[in-house]
Amino acid sequence: MLKRVHFKPSVLPYLLVAPQIIVTLVFFIWPASQALYQSFLLEDAFGLSTQFVWFDNFIELFEDPLYWGTFSKTIFFSFSVAFLSMAIALCLAVMADRVVKGSGVYRTLLIWPYAVAPVVAGALFFFIFNPTLGILPYLLKFLGYNWNHKLNGNEAMALVIFAAAWKQIAYNFLFFLAGLQSIPKSLIEAAAIDGAGPGRRFWTIIFPLLSPTTFFLLVINVVYAFFETFGVIDALTQGGPANSTQILVYKVYSDGFVGLDLGGSAAQSVILMAIVIGLTFVQFRFVEKKVEY
Amino acid sequence: MIENRPFLKVLSHVILIFGVLLVAFPIWVAFVAATHDAGRMNILPLPMWPGGHFLENLDVALNQGVWGGDGQGVAFMLFNSMIMALVIAFGKIVISLLSAFAIVYFRFPFRMFFFWMIFVTLMLPVEVRILPTFEVVANLGMLNSYWGLTVPLIASATATFMFRQVFLTIPDELLEASRIDGAGPLRFFKDILIPMSQTNIAALFVILFIYGWNQYLWPLLITTDQDMYTIVIQIKRMLEAGEEAPQWHIVMMTTLLAMLPPVVVVVFMQKLFVKGLTETEK
Repeated sequence: MLKRVHFKPSVLPYLLVAPQIIVTLVFFIWPASQALYQSFLLEDAFGLSTQFVWFDNFIELFEDPLYWGTFSKTIFFSFSVAFLSMAIALCLAVMADRVVKGSGVYRTLLIWPYAVAPVVAGALFFFIFNPTLGILPYLLKFLGYNWNHKLNGNEAMALVIFAAAWKQIAYNFLFFLAGLQSIPKSLIEAAAIDGAGPGRRFWTIIFPLLSPTTFFLLVINVVYAFFETFGVIDALTQGGPANSTQILVYKVYSDGFVGLDLGGSAAQSVILMAIVIGLTFVQFRFVEKKVEY
Repeated sequence: MIENRPFLKVLSHVILIFGVLLVAFPIWVAFVAATHDAGRMNILPLPMWPGGHFLENLDVALNQGVWGGDGQGVAFMLFNSMIMALVIAFGKIVISLLSAFAIVYFRFPFRMFFFWMIFVTLMLPVEVRILPTFEVVANLGMLNSYWGLTVPLIASATATFMFRQVFLTIPDELLEASRIDGAGPLRFFKDILIPMSQTNIAALFVILFIYGWNQYLWPLLITTDQDMYTIVIQIKRMLEAGEEAPQWHIVMMTTLLAMLPPVVVVVFMQKLFVKGLTETEK
């Protein structure tokens, strides 16, 4: 934590931490405490009068079936994104770990979507899945399927999951590949000598040994889907049709900036903060220690 | 390779090539769209092979824009995005280096308090405190400015932690030696710590550049003046305004322009990128 040898106390360390602390105070801690404070207030739409209402905003939220709908949608969305992108990435990483020639080329060709902004990924999928012009709905028509995510909530959900998962494949692939490469070759050789085929070796040795990586990625992907997919949803569906793709972060935004329900939006912010704190705790406490085989 | 199974080898390559195609498909479609003219982009099925209007569309996208984008070219938005990405990356690195240096090399009252305060920022992503942060920035008169675009995003717990980790691995003997040679703290920082963490700084820079370039929600909220738009938010506006008949060839050209700089950074600085990614996510 601290070096055994260090500099004499002076005013210098305060000056050194000052920029970071000022930015943190002004743009992080102050707004967060404001959100906490506002979540106890009821303000009329014109901002003329406010009233301290204790936990009313929270109670209202928890009694609102729409909010619980958003909650369960968010969880479904996050885990679908995590599962889909991790499954594809793991499959590709196992293959890339097998090939001797060209694995560097494959890696380069697979990691670049990391650099694509979520909203740009959204725009790309918006174009491909566009009901009137998009290439995929056109092809689906030949199969007798009419794709229109602007009307069908399930299709809209599938679409945002595809777009969000597509962008995350790169990240998962890199970490799975690193995890695979750190598994001692001697273990796998021993299993091969004992007569275990590639499939069996994967499920009994490689996959269990990857579990720390898998768990780490699960947490990271869920956090990603919770908080960083705003752009994907804003570009593709704006939460629609009929709120079917409205996740928690999107609801905070639309209630606060579009609906101008400040207290409700702040209460939602506070709940989100609690979720982030919980996830951060899980990440730090359990990720590296508990999941060992 | 443990055993030689030609079939599996071929299968691996087939699956990998399939994966590469799956990942690249959206970009191919966008690229093709960006090489055709408006007429062709309204006829089903859409082309799957590039046409000959690439340069023409590039010119329109950069200098004229579409009516969906209020007739604005995106050249200056690329410039805004570049400024934002660079300032965020530099700013985060500088303030994190300084605070990590203070926390590792000095013993002073409230040291741990400051450390935890920085740690807390990890738990407050912009998405969860949108409205109050917007109010703070509005009260400070920083809407529609480069300050407003960058400063609120500059505090970084991950970067501070990473530098702290790096500094802890630097042997104590170096500090002792430089003290004997008469170097003060700032001299030590400048001549020993910074050169020794050069590759970490570069790796972090790559990650932060991408982070800054791809910011969406924040610029969307605080820029109402067109001169301050970044290219990433412009794409959304084009999609929105062009609901009835989007000029897909220009929209897709803009999309390509918006992803080009970060993708180039990832592809050409791959080693640093991978290093940065694995180091910051701990």
